[in-house]
Amino acid sequence: MELTVLGQSQTTAPDAGGCASSGCGSNDDQLNHLPEHIRAKVHNHPCYSEEAHHHYARMHVAVAPACNIQCHYCNRKYDCSNESRPGVVSELLTPDQAVKKVMTVAANIPQMTVLGIAGPGDPLANPERTFDTFRQLTEKAPDIKLCVSTNGLALPELVDELCKHNIDHVTMTINCVDPDIGAQIYPWIFWKNRRVYGRKGAEILIKQQQKGLQMLVDRGILVKVNSVMIPGVNDKHLEEVSKAVKAKGAFLHNVMPLIAEAEHGTFYGVMGQRGPTHDELQELQDACSGDMNMMRHCRQCRADAVGMLGEDRGDEFTLDKIEAVDVDYAAAMVKRAEVHAAIEATLAAKQQKKNETFISLSSLSIPKKESRPVLMAIATSGGGIINQHFGHAREFLIYEANAHDVRFISHRKTDLYCSGDDTCGDGESVLQKTINALKGCEVVLCSKIGYEPWGMLEEAGIIPNGEHALEAIEDAVAAVYKEMGEKGLLDKKPETQQRATA
Amino acid sequence: MALQIVDGCVNCWACEPLCPSKAIYAALPHFLIDAKKCTECDGDYADKQCASICPVEQVIVDSQGAALNPPGSLTGIPPERWERVRAEIQAR
Repeated sequence: MELTVLGQSQTTAPDAGGCASSGCGSNDDQLNHLPEHIRAKVHNHPCYSEEAHHHYARMHVAVAPACNIQCHYCNRKYDCSNESRPGVVSELLTPDQAVKKVMTVAANIPQMTVLGIAGPGDPLANPERTFDTFRQLTEKAPDIKLCVSTNGLALPELVDELCKHNIDHVTMTINCVDPDIGAQIYPWIFWKNRRVYGRKGAEILIKQQQKGLQMLVDRGILVKVNSVMIPGVNDKHLEEVSKAVKAKGAFLHNVMPLIAEAEHGTFYGVMGQRGPTHDELQELQDACSGDMNMMRHCRQCRADAVGMLGEDRGDEFTLDKIEAVDVDYAAAMVKRAEVHAAIEATLAAKQQKKNETFISLSSLSIPKKESRPVLMAIATSGGGIINQHFGHAREFLIYEANAHDVRFISHRKTDLYCSGDDTCGDGESVLQKTINALKGCEVVLCSKIGYEPWGMLEEAGIIPNGEHALEAIEDAVAAVYKEMGEKGLLDKKPETQQRATA
Repeated sequence: MALQIVDGCVNCWACEPLCPSKAIYAALPHFLIDAKKCTECDGDYADKQCASICPVEQVIVDSQGAALNPPGSLTGIPPERWERVRAEIQAR
């Protein structure tokens, strides 16, 4: 028997429920099974490919402030610099300003491949602004892929206009296919010059979404469906949504947790609607996966995010800063092509290595076939390697290792508890928050870790590990799991650890 | 006869492109309606367009100062039921 290190055992794992045995998101193994023309569309799109998000960057431009529906998890007050969640931006741009910003960012962050318009309202409720931006970019920055996300209400009437642009991907938010559930999420829509409330409005929205999805698929556009998981509202219903959108030909399903804090001022936030726990989310993602790609690396980013997924470099490219910049885009394109070629070469080498990395399970003697799965948290700043100091990590990637393979599960955000030597005032309490965020994990892999957090992690039943710095994440997780097996740590669950509940 | 936008407007731009009379304009601290141009959509639409897309209650008012979207009208919850609904939602 062989242990595949990097999630290649779709066909061999005995209990392959959902995507339990394969990597999640559309990882490169899944991509290998796709037709070439689709692979070409997703391999460098950080939102559509789990592998790509380690290497490629994206940006959103906030040109579309108006919206034609109301969602209970959104309020229309979009101006905020500190919150990282969909619909929030710092500054609104005109199409001309947006084009300037895209070209500046593309020249400065050559890993950028995709420009998306994601609000803060609905891009297709702002068709002039959205299409003006797309028109200019198609002409001036032909190497950038364009992407749009929409609630779908106006999609059917705009789909042909949309397809005229350099666009391969569209994200649609579809939270339900049942109007009774829709009525609990959408209080009203604006339709044919009137406000339509409740179930009737939800019915129209759902019909338009399904129609629009079909039209996009028919035109060869890849569609990612985003669904917000709202406990007690659509959590039981999202499996049905997943089946419905998959049947229509959606490429990827992204089930995201509801974000609803009272201070966000959304209806759900104010009314005390809770978000799902890590476990509830993971369970639903597994249940929805079937043989459809599930996205698990989504960071629910701002509508003006810039950079790699999980980081935000928006502050470097504010309007006042880009105003004076003169971009030589022809030169930038050459550089971008070189950088992208280097990334592709790295990925190809990794793939090559991976195909050779088989470890004979019998030669390891342990872990045993029935050994339990272990969750590990990874501090990384990108590149698919363990390269971040524990105290500098704003988020951790969560991987699960079992006797058969390693799979990516999710990411968890955490407060930065250490931003330098002189600002460690309330470090301890924030460190405690970080440790709480890692609940359910048994190991933390990072490039380095301080003495104090080391002790606190151990006390919390989490093993800190800095021995695999700069190694590929999956390889390191597999190696640590193997070590745990050799030490007999996989026979039973440690008493101090429970599955994450929060 | 003219509508007004009052304090509470979040400058979301939703109303501006819909106005058949081009009476709405971006201003600070919030959008405004030019009273000379506003027709309350008479002759163009059955519903007053700015009020029909505005996401914030009580922000668009008529010449008497009455809110076109009174409290509870956009969330779908009458104000007297808020506490009960809050308890229901928190139990989820």
